[in-house]
Amino acid sequence: MSVPRFWRKLDSRYNLKGTHCVECGEYFYPPRNTCVNCRRQGQIEAYRFKGTGEIVTYTVIHTAAEGFEKQAPYTLAIIKLDEGPSLTAQVVGSSVNAYIGMRVRSVFRKLGEGGERGMIYYGTKFIPVDG
Amino acid sequence: MTIGIVSYGAYVPRYRIKIEEIARLWGDDAEALKRGLMVYEKSVPDVDEDAATIAVEAARSAVARCEIDPSRIGAVYTGSESHPYAVKPTSTIVGQAIGATPVMTAADFEFACKAGTAAIQACMGLVSSGMIDLGLAIGADVSQGAPGDALEYTAAAGGVACIIGKKESEIAAIIEDTYSFTTDTPDFWRREGMAYPEHGGRFTGDPGYFKHVTNGARGLMEKIGTKPEDYDYAVFHQPNGKFPSRVAKLLGFSKAQIEPGLVVPKIGNTYSGSCLMGIAATLDQAKPGDRIFATAFGSGAGSDSFSITVTDKIEEIRNRAPTVAELIKDPIYIDYARYAKHKGKIRLS
Repeated sequence: MSVPRFWRKLDSRYNLKGTHCVECGEYFYPPRNTCVNCRRQGQIEAYRFKGTGEIVTYTVIHTAAEGFEKQAPYTLAIIKLDEGPSLTAQVVGSSVNAYIGMRVRSVFRKLGEGGERGMIYYGTKFIPVDG
Repeated sequence: MTIGIVSYGAYVPRYRIKIEEIARLWGDDAEALKRGLMVYEKSVPDVDEDAATIAVEAARSAVARCEIDPSRIGAVYTGSESHPYAVKPTSTIVGQAIGATPVMTAADFEFACKAGTAAIQACMGLVSSGMIDLGLAIGADVSQGAPGDALEYTAAAGGVACIIGKKESEIAAIIEDTYSFTTDTPDFWRREGMAYPEHGGRFTGDPGYFKHVTNGARGLMEKIGTKPEDYDYAVFHQPNGKFPSRVAKLLGFSKAQIEPGLVVPKIGNTYSGSCLMGIAATLDQAKPGDRIFATAFGSGAGSDSFSITVTDKIEEIRNRAPTVAELIKDPIYIDYARYAKHKGKIRLS
């Protein structure tokens, strides 16, 4: 990932910052500037997600993409946040196997790095609430 | 003017490696090592944890504990000897990740194991001068020990963050005074670009740790007219269990005074987080009115001493974030192979 591309979304990745439509109550992550339900009648405000949710589905990656080899095997999951939106993220920090419906919470971790000389990408991953 | 700790937060990675497992690999006598070091296991970071992620988790815990608006924090100083970047401050990452940016000053500190307490002193100065409202001082490390080196048995990972302020209604622990003792002593160092530090073997004891800790501690007690028996608790930098136990005895503090803050047997030496981890563990159980004496030591070498009195506020904030005891319970034990992977000792290319 290029440095500017990461930097533009940095605050959203670090702090799970999305948006919320005051009109219909829907939450968006990543943030949307326009509500998909209310269109021009929508009233969008910035919102920081609590960081809790549950696993909708997951897979264990053994053959990792370039830059992620050291982390393999790792669990990649679709997580539904308690406010509604779903996102794809790693579930880390436990010897317990992930399962559908597992409660998770957000943590601050290293997502990757641009080789030995490149920048280090930080952001949000998830750990089991009870493990 | 009253200056003090408004909040604190700790973080310890969940993984541990036992002394027996490291000793197995190098053919050392684990029982002799455990007796000598008074360390039984040490914390190990996950593959995606470094000093910055640990600093952020500790800082978020400190913010959660006191429920302040993070934009009130006017300075973020992170002390570490394992900053992930040689040039680019860890404190900028922390400031952004807790929502304190952009109107704040930030810098990284380095003074071996006492960089975190040096950051506290800087925040005390800025807060007392009125330059900032609140200051955030952090000590966090994923310390390095070369394979087979004596340091490998204790070099651990962890961090503690302290929010320093001067509003009496917000202070959970008053810092009555601080005192530092610093000399140029080559007891431990790491050269630019080197992966692991070097140490002066037995030279690190008397000319390094004991000289600086005793002079710093006695200096503060003389300055403010206190004696060891005036304190309910004491915390000394804990590179192992033996050094703080011996220095406490030398200074006239009892085993009971240092016991609550002595966390090194279970998690190892968290370097910049070490003394602060002891302070955090003590604050976790101290009662209003209790007095805590603390001396941090950093190789190179210097010590920072603090005289602290706990206020009523501690009872209100204590349980809003995990205590040190909660953080270190239920560890995941790993073998040396996984430890080597987590610590980046295995190179893939």
